[in-house]
Amino acid sequence: MGKLLAIVLVAIAVLSAYPIVTHMFVLPEDISTHGYAIDSQIHDTMLEAGLSFVGAQIVLAAFVWSFTNRKEGSPLRSFPGGAKVAVMAAFVLVGTEVLALGVMGQKAWAEVYFTAPKPNAIQIQAQAEQFAYYFRYAGPDTKFGAIHPDKIDEGNQNYFGLDPANEVEARDDIVSGELVVPVNREVQLLMHAKDVGHSFYIRELRIQQDFVPGLDLSLHFTATKIGKYEIVCTQLCGLGHYNMKAYMNVMSEEDYEKWLTEQAGQ
Amino acid sequence: MGRKQFVVAGLAMLVLAATSKAGPPAGGTVSGKVTYEGTPAKMKPIDMSKEPSCAKMYPTPPVAETVVAGSGNSLGNVVVYISAGAPDEAAPSTAAVFNQKGCRYIPHVLVFQVNQELKIQNEDQTSHNIHPLPKINREWNKSQPPGTPPISEKYDKAEIFPVKCNVHPWMHGNFAVLKNSHFAITGDSGAFTLPNLPPGKYTVTAWHESYGDQSQEVTISGREAKTVNFVFKAKPY
Repeated sequence: MGKLLAIVLVAIAVLSAYPIVTHMFVLPEDISTHGYAIDSQIHDTMLEAGLSFVGAQIVLAAFVWSFTNRKEGSPLRSFPGGAKVAVMAAFVLVGTEVLALGVMGQKAWAEVYFTAPKPNAIQIQAQAEQFAYYFRYAGPDTKFGAIHPDKIDEGNQNYFGLDPANEVEARDDIVSGELVVPVNREVQLLMHAKDVGHSFYIRELRIQQDFVPGLDLSLHFTATKIGKYEIVCTQLCGLGHYNMKAYMNVMSEEDYEKWLTEQAGQ
Repeated sequence: MGRKQFVVAGLAMLVLAATSKAGPPAGGTVSGKVTYEGTPAKMKPIDMSKEPSCAKMYPTPPVAETVVAGSGNSLGNVVVYISAGAPDEAAPSTAAVFNQKGCRYIPHVLVFQVNQELKIQNEDQTSHNIHPLPKINREWNKSQPPGTPPISEKYDKAEIFPVKCNVHPWMHGNFAVLKNSHFAITGDSGAFTLPNLPPGKYTVTAWHESYGDQSQEVTISGREAKTVNFVFKAKPY
């Protein structure tokens, strides 16, 4: 019976490793300049965690196999040094692993969070609200109009609470339900939550960042492939959470300029 | 009059009596036009990119209906009603229908009476969450997945208030719950007619969702037709 358990343990380890080793579930195509670092980090994590998992299962199975069917009356043997040493060893091993992953991942993290966007990056404000995203472009004057919560009038498309009657900066602001960006040009996203916590997740862009009410967060990225990608909310935000999505439309530079002109005319 | 003619006339009277509405006796009429002065805000196209099943229903994006301006400065979507002078009336037995189609509210402004049945239906392929925002009536919000039966509701106090969809921020409409049946809603032409007003002194009120309301006094004696016009001040932003 003990030997059967050892076989089951090995079978579980091998079966769970199989889809990962054979790349059964591939990551969606990466369309960002920083994504390679995240993909390699995911790869390294899977490798390290996978090897440790399979290794640990095999060692466990080996112990089960060799110490099963103990003869009645034979002396009990314990690990040299007792449980204390085993627990210490586990702490050191797991600690080293976590630390190593952190050090290795530091580059991927820093590229997104610790470097400033390029000076020519396009600033786009992203506002998350129950249950939609709206994006704002500063328009020809490159200045965003101030936000006045009391002026918010969703029925009349004033999602940001702009005051064009009194503020010139707000008059040329472009508000869109779709995030339109030019290809191969850096974008700085200024993230703003209108009500509760939300999240901004684009798989292909390898970006997942929470919106935090009261905090204006900044994120920068460069999309490298023209196309339409889904933006979804991955932070449970209320009853309409399942339907909170938008699209990112990556366009050629010319199409992007054309789109801006079209929007400004409306 | 011969016997035959008498019978025909009698039948005709019976038919007339059966078909004419058992409402107030025919009386005076108040009619007029609602216009604006100044420049109204330019209505922006509605961005429905979040909901592709709705967006694809429009060859070009529809524009917001907050201000519906017609030719000659006429103003649509204005509720004109008798706010004082007319007795309260029992609700009609027919339901007022509020439809959700193409991620928009049809009609944009729905007028119905106190305690009249309100039927809300969803013709879209997506879920809606209807959320009327009354101040004195009871507030509720209800989710309505596609293909589900209409929601039936009623309001027991007269009030005009906005309606929104909790899932689609651009969806915005209005409910006008009134005490009597003397009301009209202007179309693009801005024209309205309030017929069958018995003699008396009335307050005629015109309400617009972003320009507020205005009232005028009018006295009806007999079967006269009076003209009352309303002019709202439009704001460019």
